[in-house]
Formats: sequence, structure tokens, C-alpha cells
Amino acid sequence: MINIKDLHKQFDQLKVLKGINLEVKKGQVVVVIGPSGSGKTTLLRCINVLEQPTSGLLAIGDKVLDFSQQVSKRQIPPFRRLTGMVFQNYNLFPHMTALENVMEGPVTVKGESKETAKEKGELLLRKVGLADKAGFYPYQLSGGQQQRVGIARALAMEPKVMLFDEPTSALDPELVGEVLKVMKDLAAEGMTMVIVTHEMRFAREAADEVIFMDGGIIVERGKPEQIFSSPKEMRTSQFLNLIQ
Amino acid sequence: MYLSSIFANPERVERLLEIGKNSFQPLLEGAIVYTIPLTLISFICGLALAIFTALARTSGNKALETIARIYVSAIRGTPLLVQLFIIFYGLPTIGVIIDPFPSAIIGFSLNVGAYASEIIRAAILSIPKGQWEAGYSIGMSYSQTLKRIILPQASRVSLPPLSNSFISLVKDTSLASMILVTEMFRRAQEIAATNYEFLLLYTQAAFIYWVICFMLSILQGRLERRLDRYISS
Repeated sequence: MINIKDLHKQFDQLKVLKGINLEVKKGQVVVVIGPSGSGKTTLLRCINVLEQPTSGLLAIGDKVLDFSQQVSKRQIPPFRRLTGMVFQNYNLFPHMTALENVMEGPVTVKGESKETAKEKGELLLRKVGLADKAGFYPYQLSGGQQQRVGIARALAMEPKVMLFDEPTSALDPELVGEVLKVMKDLAAEGMTMVIVTHEMRFAREAADEVIFMDGGIIVERGKPEQIFSSPKEMRTSQFLNLIQ
Repeated sequence: MYLSSIFANPERVERLLEIGKNSFQPLLEGAIVYTIPLTLISFICGLALAIFTALARTSGNKALETIARIYVSAIRGTPLLVQLFIIFYGLPTIGVIIDPFPSAIIGFSLNVGAYASEIIRAAILSIPKGQWEAGYSIGMSYSQTLKRIILPQASRVSLPPLSNSFISLVKDTSLASMILVTEMFRRAQEIAATNYEFLLLYTQAAFIYWVICFMLSILQGRLERRLDRYISS
């Protein structure tokens, strides 16, 4: 589903990604862990092309972007629609209700009718357990509820892949569970997901594969039980010792 | 002295009341036919110009940014009256003759465009970057994100300062009297020139300006409350 070849990202002099190769199969749930500054969020933002990679190849489904050549601005929005992004700070549109947030993409980008989008939006809100909050503005919702609306908003575009950038990091501890549950349900439905998170228990339970990043490269990858109980690399075990 | 001399003389009081009553209608007419349309048209044109200028300033395109910067600097750095004189009395020298009313529209629109562009630019920059990214992440283009996500939020931020500009503009239209637009203040001048009751006529005009601006600030309050519905109180 996702195929990344030798992806580099440089901000001025700072090299953040130094040659990432990654393949994610359809229906796979990949959790990316690593210390801050390791480039994991940048990797996710590159897959969504919110950051444009300096060089490398990025393929999602049958669409390919080659960043060694000039990529035109026109190519990016349709490519970006293949992935749905869930942000650490939710980034809901504050001037729209929960339902309007979810309807926005289908109506504005896909040109769906308001009725169709509303029906679909209500279905998605029910799916994330917020059917009764459709008419609420973001400021009237808790962090966990806002993040679930954020997930519904991304799903409304029917992406092939869902990307999660530390989706629970800004939440109060007691609200983390409700968001993780929605994510687990999604995984169970067969959604392809790439998740940057510090929730190691979630990684253990839900991930098909765990990737450990440090210093802009993928240091180690493997099944969660292998990474967490018998990491091969020094850096991986050092990191896991620090956080567990 | 003036007041006591008026009230000591009942005939003079009667005369003033008579003039006041008779001049009220032409003054109001000047306001309705010229002052208010001049304000509205100039503000709408100016606002459109301001949005383009603000976008040019935030576009990252060097050429567009420079043009916008020079425009704002030239308009803000020169008196409005001088700008109006250049358009109405200056341009005919090179064969460009524009009637008083359109001249005033052009002058005031350019003025509003420059000042309001700074307000709108600041408002756009005040919207968190995450809002742009959220728009992009659901596949929106730059213009879709701008129209659907950024400008609606920026409009709430810029409403109070834009209302200020609007109210200033109502009063600034009195300068159009200098380029022969027979708006309210010019009518007051014309009437006073025939009967020498300057204090009365100018006070009457001032009062009407005040009433218009007072109604506008009530409107501003209502608009703010309407746009506040999504902000926690």
C-alpha cells in the first residue's frame, strides 16, 4: 500500500530524514516509536506531503511521487487525499460543528451533495461514538471527543491509509482510552494505519509491526513482541529502558 | 455671549428653528444620496482590494509582495486629501478626466484597501498554521482552505478593527466636498453660505454623522455576537 524508497528531508542545513525505506502492506498497522527529534513526525508529514521531501520516492497504492524531480503543486492535493491525517492537537475547524467538520471534505473537495455528506457524516460520528454531539462546536467537546471527530473527519475522505501523529499526546490520561479504542476498531476493520505514538501498550496490542527510528533513520523494525522483549539494536533497548 | 444673544431675541430663535427645519431635509438627502453610498461602495471595493493585497503580502512571491508593499506605503504615507486632489484636479492634466463621484470612489477605495490590508494580513497570520494543514490534509487546495477555513476565522478577528475603518470612512467622505461631490457636508457649506448660520448648519451635519456612526457601532456589536457563536465565553 505504501512504498517509500530512499526518502530524504532537509530543513536548511538540518537533515531530518536520512534515507528512509519502508513498505506497508494493505491492512497493516505500523507503529513508529523513537525519541523526540528522531524524524518520526516528519516521516508521517512527508507521507501526507505536508512536508515536501527533498528527494526519494513515495508511492501509495498505484500513485507515485518522485521527489528527485520537480513535483508540481497540482499533483499534491490528489495525492494527499489518499491518506487521512490525525493531528496531535486535533486541528478541528473551530467555526464548524462536529458534523460540519466531518462534512467539509466531502462537500468542498469531492463535491458531494450536502444530504449525502450529512448522512455519511452522521454515520461516521456514530462510529466514533459521538452521534449525540453532531451539533456541538469543538470548544464544547473534550479533548478525546475532539480527537474522535478528527478521526471521523479524516475517514470521511475515504483514504486508503490513515496517519496518526501522536493522537493521544495532548490528552488527559483518562481520555486516552476512548481514542485508542476507536483506533483499534479501525485496525480491526482492516484499515491500513501508520501511527506515531508513545503509547507502548497500544503498540504491543494493536501493531502488526513496530518501527524504531532515531537520528533520521529506521534503526530497527519487527513484530511488537520481538522489539519490546528482545530488541536487536543497542539504541532500541536504551530507548525502551528509558520509557518503561 | 452668542447663546445669550440668541435667547434674548425671540425672532432670532424662530429664524434659527426655521432654518434648522428647512435644512434638515437637504442635509439628510446629501447623506442618503452621496455620503452613505460613497461609504458603502468604497468600503466594499476597498475590502476586496485589501484581501488581494493581504494575500499578495503573505504569498511568498517576491514580486507580488513588493508591489503590495509599495502600494500600502504610498497610500499610508500621503494625505487622503492630496490623493483626492491628484485624482480629480491632477489627472485631467494628462487627459484623464473623471467625474467627482467616481473620483471619490477611487480615492476612498484605494485608501481603505491599503489600511484594511494590514488588518486582514494580521488576522490571517493570527490563525494557527494547523488550520491550514488540516485543510490541506483533507485534500483542499490553497484557495479552498483560504475561503472555507482561514477567512471565516480571520473575519472574526478583523471585525473590530475593520469596523473602526468603516466608521472612519463615514466621516472621511466629508473630504469629498473638496472635489465637488455634493455630499452632506458640502450641502451644509452651501446652505450656510446663503444664510451665514455656520454654527447651526455644521452642528446639524455633525449630528447626522454621529447618528450614522452610532447606528453602525450597534450593528458591529450584533455582528460580533453572531460570529462569537463558536467561541467559548
